[in-house]
Amino acid sequence: MNKPLNYAYYPGCSSTGTSLEYDMSSRAVCAALDINLTDVPDWSCCGSTPAHTVDHSLSSALSARNLDQVASMGLDSCVSPCPSCLANLKTAKHRMEDAGFRDKVNNLLDKPADTRVETKSVLQILVEDYGIENIRKKVVKPLTGLVVGAYYGCILNRPAELMQFDDLEHPMAMDNIMEALGATVVPFPLKVECCGASFGIPRKDVVMRLSGKLLDTAHGIGAMALVTACPLCQMNLDMRQNQINKANGSKHTMPIFYFTQLMGLALGLPEKELGIGKLCVSPRNVLDAIDANLKEKAA
Amino acid sequence: MPVLKGKELRIVGFLCNWCSYGGADTAGVGRFNQPTDLRIIRVPCSGRIDPLFVVKALMNGADGVLVSGCHPRDCHYAEGNFYARRRLEIMQRFLPVLGYEAERFEYTWVSASEGQRWQQVVASFTDQIHKLGPAPKIIGPQAADTLNQMAAAL
Amino acid sequence: MKIGVFVCHCGSNIEATVDTAAVAAASREFPDVVFATDTMYTCSEPGQDEIVAAIKEHNLGGVVVASCTPRMHEQTFRRTVERAGLNRYLFEMANIREHVSWIGKDRESNTNKSVDLVRMATEKLMRNRPLYSKKFDINKRVLVIGGGVAGIQAALDCADGGLEVVMVEKAPTIGGKMAKLDKTFPTVDCSSCILGPRMVDVAQHPNITLYAYSEIEEINGYVGNFEIKVKKKATYVDWDSCTGCGICMEKCPSKKATDTFNEGIGKTTAINIPFPQAIPKKAKIDPDFCTKIQKGKCGVCAKLCPSGCINYEMQDEFVTEKVGAIVTATGFDLFDWSIYGEYGAGRYPDVITSLQYERMLSASGPTGGHIKRPSDGKEPKNVVFIQCVGSRDKSVGRPYCSGFCCMYTAKQAILTKDHLPDSQSYVFYMDIRAIGKLYDEFTRRAMEEYDTKYIRGRVSMIYPQGDRLLVRGADTLMGAQVEVDADLVVLAVGAEAAAGAGELAEKLRISYDSYGFYMEGHPKLKPVETNTAGVYLAGACQGPKDIPSSVGQGSAAAAKVLGLFSKDQLESDPQVSVVDIKRCIGCGKCIQTCPFGAIKEMEFRGMAKADVIETICQGCGICTSTCPQGAVQLQHFTDNQILSEVNALCRF
Repeated sequence: MNKPLNYAYYPGCSSTGTSLEYDMSSRAVCAALDINLTDVPDWSCCGSTPAHTVDHSLSSALSARNLDQVASMGLDSCVSPCPSCLANLKTAKHRMEDAGFRDKVNNLLDKPADTRVETKSVLQILVEDYGIENIRKKVVKPLTGLVVGAYYGCILNRPAELMQFDDLEHPMAMDNIMEALGATVVPFPLKVECCGASFGIPRKDVVMRLSGKLLDTAHGIGAMALVTACPLCQMNLDMRQNQINKANGSKHTMPIFYFTQLMGLALGLPEKELGIGKLCVSPRNVLDAIDANLKEKAA
Repeated sequence: MPVLKGKELRIVGFLCNWCSYGGADTAGVGRFNQPTDLRIIRVPCSGRIDPLFVVKALMNGADGVLVSGCHPRDCHYAEGNFYARRRLEIMQRFLPVLGYEAERFEYTWVSASEGQRWQQVVASFTDQIHKLGPAPKIIGPQAADTLNQMAAAL
Repeated sequence: MKIGVFVCHCGSNIEATVDTAAVAAASREFPDVVFATDTMYTCSEPGQDEIVAAIKEHNLGGVVVASCTPRMHEQTFRRTVERAGLNRYLFEMANIREHVSWIGKDRESNTNKSVDLVRMATEKLMRNRPLYSKKFDINKRVLVIGGGVAGIQAALDCADGGLEVVMVEKAPTIGGKMAKLDKTFPTVDCSSCILGPRMVDVAQHPNITLYAYSEIEEINGYVGNFEIKVKKKATYVDWDSCTGCGICMEKCPSKKATDTFNEGIGKTTAINIPFPQAIPKKAKIDPDFCTKIQKGKCGVCAKLCPSGCINYEMQDEFVTEKVGAIVTATGFDLFDWSIYGEYGAGRYPDVITSLQYERMLSASGPTGGHIKRPSDGKEPKNVVFIQCVGSRDKSVGRPYCSGFCCMYTAKQAILTKDHLPDSQSYVFYMDIRAIGKLYDEFTRRAMEEYDTKYIRGRVSMIYPQGDRLLVRGADTLMGAQVEVDADLVVLAVGAEAAAGAGELAEKLRISYDSYGFYMEGHPKLKPVETNTAGVYLAGACQGPKDIPSSVGQGSAAAAKVLGLFSKDQLESDPQVSVVDIKRCIGCGKCIQTCPFGAIKEMEFRGMAKADVIETICQGCGICTSTCPQGAVQLQHFTDNQILSEVNALCRF
């Protein structure tokens, strides 16, 4: 790399709970690639879906403050692993371009917020700033024999005008990373379909149907595992896989990785640093198969 | 007729027959509302426009002058709009020397199909002239005011 | 000059927002105006009679009509004043409809503006001089650009009318899009049976010269006398001796060339004849795929050709043709649908375009008329048609309706059932637009007799499931999501302006809209004319059109050309530049700037002077604004005339 990559890091609340392993692996992978992440000081929740469904200015006030915190760090870009946080941060920046809205939000804050910083996802900086070819060079333990599908979910690159990343209907960022790590990528046709998201709480049946379809399709195309880049997608597919099986009469035992976890493994990082043990559906069989393949190759 | 006080300023437009005059017609056919300040003089080609027409309009009391021709490479006479561009570009740079803001003059390209674009051009140019206000008059009843202002400035 | 002013109400078009009586009253105060009135419809017969009567009664020397745009009725009123014995150029128009009443509702401002425009017109009119046309000889040959069904119709009508026709076609064969169709709606009769004989007629007509695989390089001149430079693209086959036997095509070892005629369904040989009924039936080599041209080895076709017409060294050739009129019939191209990510953006082989499907349905097509999935060659059971792909969709910059897709989709659904009785067709549509004789009855038949399931709604996603495709969309009538298992998806891809339409328009000096379709002279009254004299339009180059409309326009354009050529000489436009020899200093600047070479140097008493060749001058006036002496003046648009308009406006 020519110049060091420095970013403010906004973990988001999920990173402190359900997606702890996403946070761990994101930090570990960036450290291994000499990408410097500095935590945003005194960050607060982005408000997630509940905030913006109630009040746009309150929701943006939360994000605007977080962006202002980044600006105060002297950095011009911020990364977040979570697409939902990302959408809120980007939406706030976009809405704050309107003078009327900006005044409204600034009235809610202690001081006017500087929202000029850019926000990107961890996936985006790895693909666009670090580069697939550079990742390929760093692989020490290729994921040989792993047949994987990449699942992006519905908000990682939508709406296109706001997110400005990858193809709207057919994103390839994770597919390309997985290919660079040595895995066999099967084209996953439902890569931008919705998993049911937060309907897991009020309308579980919706998640059972939508996420069930994702698992059925992944199984149908011969994927051993799926990779995701979203805490909510991962949770619905992983944590709820048993519920899905029960509701749909299916028998899936498909591991659902964060893409950063598989990157960490390929970069030779220990499983513990990547939170592999925190996955609900055990990836043991799949990981053992990779190891066996590697040994076979070596022999 | 005199300019409608408080409502309009005097804006003169020179439009080529083939593209922009047609574009203004298309805007009319499409009922695209426009400010009423502009008066259009039809010429065969923007290349027919002598820069002195523009200067003459301003000196005789116009507050703004707009020229519109065919898009580059679309000229009905192959290259008239290129001549227009050269001449008018240079003329515009001399306007401040004569005491007129350069923004009182603008040239643009509008094709016969671009009714909507013509509406935008007229609206934004009219707006621009209204922001500048009336141009200094050097002939007619207000000429004395201008002279007094100039004297005071010296 | 005694001037009469007529202010038109245009029914309520002008009167509703302009006080025409007040405009007339104000006009009476203008210098030289001796008569002014407002009339209901100035262009109507009584309206025109009123002008004639007023000219006689008041002994008028000039007339101003304040009404619509001069682009609409200037010619009409020029004829009116001529009927009353005035020179046609002693007439001016003030455009108080398109430029006033239609673009604002403020009656005070509109009336005020109208008075200004009338004043401008009268001031100019006072400086108008009678002008007289000259006659010039014309070349009674016509160029038809494009050999689709519209161009063929225009060419044959002109040729049958006794004119010599030059037809230039970009592709190696004429026939255009229609030649690719299997059947036509609403009669379901065979396309090539209708078009084929017409194509043969073109080839055999003694009055038609056909340049296939050729393009327009350059157009010079003007109505009556155009000079066209045609580029004959290298075919690597001497077409004068090629008999179209096809032996070369049978034996060519390079079989991976793009099959443009078959819309990329299947491949063809590097040397090929597009299809058996091609006109001209001549072989040409695709140099990108020819092993001999690419690698210097092979030469099989040259060895086998019985007439020895292969020439690997052939270069593009240029020929010049002189014509008096041009019919542009360049047609349309299909919208590039790969922008639609939700339809797979081209990733799924079993999602094809309607024109590809048409080639598949055709007995002379690459599948011999069998419907086969491109992926595995199997017969499909469920066929899903999606309409409005690249039509009526602002998000892809195509807000217009392509007009014919509803009809050809219904036709293809019917043909699907004919070919595969066990199949089931589904059509996702937005609205059914079947405005034409027997059209709605036809779409009804597709639904009722052929059991095609019409679903009103858009498709949100197509994705593979097993070896089939799952098509998911909305049924907006049921308010439900629908999913259809499809074996084949056919996209009713909309029409867009033909590739290169803009460049050709620049050569023809005609206007085109923001989508690249050519502008007609008037949307109602001049559907096949352009604003450039002697250039006419036919078919889909002016906007998407089905076959009957294209043919109708072909004939209409031919009628216009035959009308134009019914006289042996045309009248030149007298609005040309003249040189005042006393003022001319012979600097030659006007000679340099004239885009048409219409000014030459002459000698007058030993001094150099400029001289305008009247029949070449097009009246742009560039010379007038170039001349440092004001010696060259464009008549009817002299410096004094334009400045009088400026002064009429800027008096306060």
